[in-house]
Amino acid sequence: MSASVRPGWMEKPKPVTQSAKAVALVTVVALVCVPFLVVVSTSLASQREVVANGGWVLWPQHPTLRAYHDILQGGIVTHALGVSLGVTLVGTLLSLLCTVTLAYALARPRVAGGRPVLLLILFTFLFPPGMIPSFLLVKNLGLLNSYSSLILPLLVNVFNLIVLRGFFQGIPEELYEAARLDGAGDLRVLWSIVLPLSKAALAVVGLFYAVSYWNSWFYASLYLNSDHWPLQQVLRTYVVAGTGLTDTTLGDGAVNAPQTIQMAVVVLATVPILLAYPFLQKYFTKGVLTGAIKS
Amino acid sequence: MVPGLAYFLVFQYGALIVNVVAFKDYVPFAGLWGSPWTGLGNFQQLFQDSAFWHAAFNTAWIALLQLVFYFPVPLALALLLHSLTWSTVRRFVQSVVYLPHFISWVIVVAMFQQVLGGTGMLNGYLGDAGLHTVDIIGNPDAFKPLLIAQVIWKDTGWGTIIFLAALSQVDEQQYEAAAIDGAGPWRRFWHVTLPAIRPVVVLLLIMRLGDILSVGFEQMLLQRDAVGPQAAEVIDTFVYYKGIVGGDYGLAVAAGLFKGVVGAVLVYTANKIAHRLGEQGVYR
Repeated sequence: MSASVRPGWMEKPKPVTQSAKAVALVTVVALVCVPFLVVVSTSLASQREVVANGGWVLWPQHPTLRAYHDILQGGIVTHALGVSLGVTLVGTLLSLLCTVTLAYALARPRVAGGRPVLLLILFTFLFPPGMIPSFLLVKNLGLLNSYSSLILPLLVNVFNLIVLRGFFQGIPEELYEAARLDGAGDLRVLWSIVLPLSKAALAVVGLFYAVSYWNSWFYASLYLNSDHWPLQQVLRTYVVAGTGLTDTTLGDGAVNAPQTIQMAVVVLATVPILLAYPFLQKYFTKGVLTGAIKS
Repeated sequence: MVPGLAYFLVFQYGALIVNVVAFKDYVPFAGLWGSPWTGLGNFQQLFQDSAFWHAAFNTAWIALLQLVFYFPVPLALALLLHSLTWSTVRRFVQSVVYLPHFISWVIVVAMFQQVLGGTGMLNGYLGDAGLHTVDIIGNPDAFKPLLIAQVIWKDTGWGTIIFLAALSQVDEQQYEAAAIDGAGPWRRFWHVTLPAIRPVVVLLLIMRLGDILSVGFEQMLLQRDAVGPQAAEVIDTFVYYKGIVGGDYGLAVAAGLFKGVVGAVLVYTANKIAHRLGEQGVYR
């Protein structure tokens, strides 16, 4: 544990300043954590307790996994969870594949046309095509109501591309030279030299893709019928917009799902992010991101 | 590199070409090329539409409110975090405050409903204390403060990263020299810390100018139905409701194109100003 390191020239802080800072920090941390706590607690409480307390619980008296048991029985939410996991997994892999190969090509100085291609790509960042044209394109390509409509239009993110390109450019030129002298082709160099050296950058970019696929709901509402929806769009419809449910595994007829169930869906949609978060955190410290943001 | 390039050609430049719909009277069964040209007809109609100007005004107004009420918050938090000498505490707080950035807007809105809604935690406590309950969620008058609060909750932590990076660049010896010369904490803050982060602050402010036409589309769309278009319509939601919901593709694409062109000009101008002031800018 690293304790407090105060340089010798710095004066001892006044108790007033110290306590003001402590209060501020505790407030900030509480403001972030309490909403999470309320959501998790409500999802773990019994419906009776939630109703008795007016719709929320800060700490459940008799915690129960009933709500989770109900939504994972194989209804709308279970299906949506499968869709979200599948789209996130396939999308992240495809995105990484396309981003890595393109970034690698753009990072090599001798690739013909590299500069104009880079400018063309950056132009789409400055001037995105817009929502309706993208919608009409997807529609005319016949991708409506296909899961690929959640992946293909978002395949390569310009920011992630630039991060990876910058990282690849930082790899010493001598390594490329040496590999090529040994007779390795471009793909071989990428696979055996560049990728093993870029694990941190790949992890960050992969996690960014995974988070954005997981969190995406708008395109699902545009392109997919409700029986194809991922978790976030289900959450949006039944919890945020408060649309009644007709699915019996979630509630009785067309009434709003019980608060415990709603909050269990919120938790379910949050947990993968929480699981991925420590890994994201780990790589922040390696400066991959701060370097990228600065450039 | 081929699949990545193909993506940009098809889904970016392909969709860019579809923007010609702005100059057509788009009829779905006639298709993109079969629909008749209308010249600038869609734009004329758009500029006479008071709902569009209302959306444009709302957009700029919300962007301005965010600039005034959100922008200083990450800076303040970054200064507080930077002043901590106990690195364990600092890292812990950082881990906590970055987290909401990765949570989707759907979840953020659901959480705010659970905490601030009519049957939420805040009103529960107010009721128990015998106080008046507050009507925040679904109330058009409270919508703009709510938006700002959501943005502050979600992105303050993330926003501190760039300021912390700038703060960590300051040479420790400058502080030491100032302290030896008799400068107290406030004078060191004023004469060492502030000048060090000024370039970043100026840069970010200018970049906000370039981004003034985009205020969280997902955040607005999720809550527009609850508070109505008067409070929540921005250019992006206007495009969505005109085009996707209303089927008036020509008008919607014209509005999107208008936003795209003005936005690109603003970014370009902002970048020029940044260079003029001797800052780096986003691109060269």
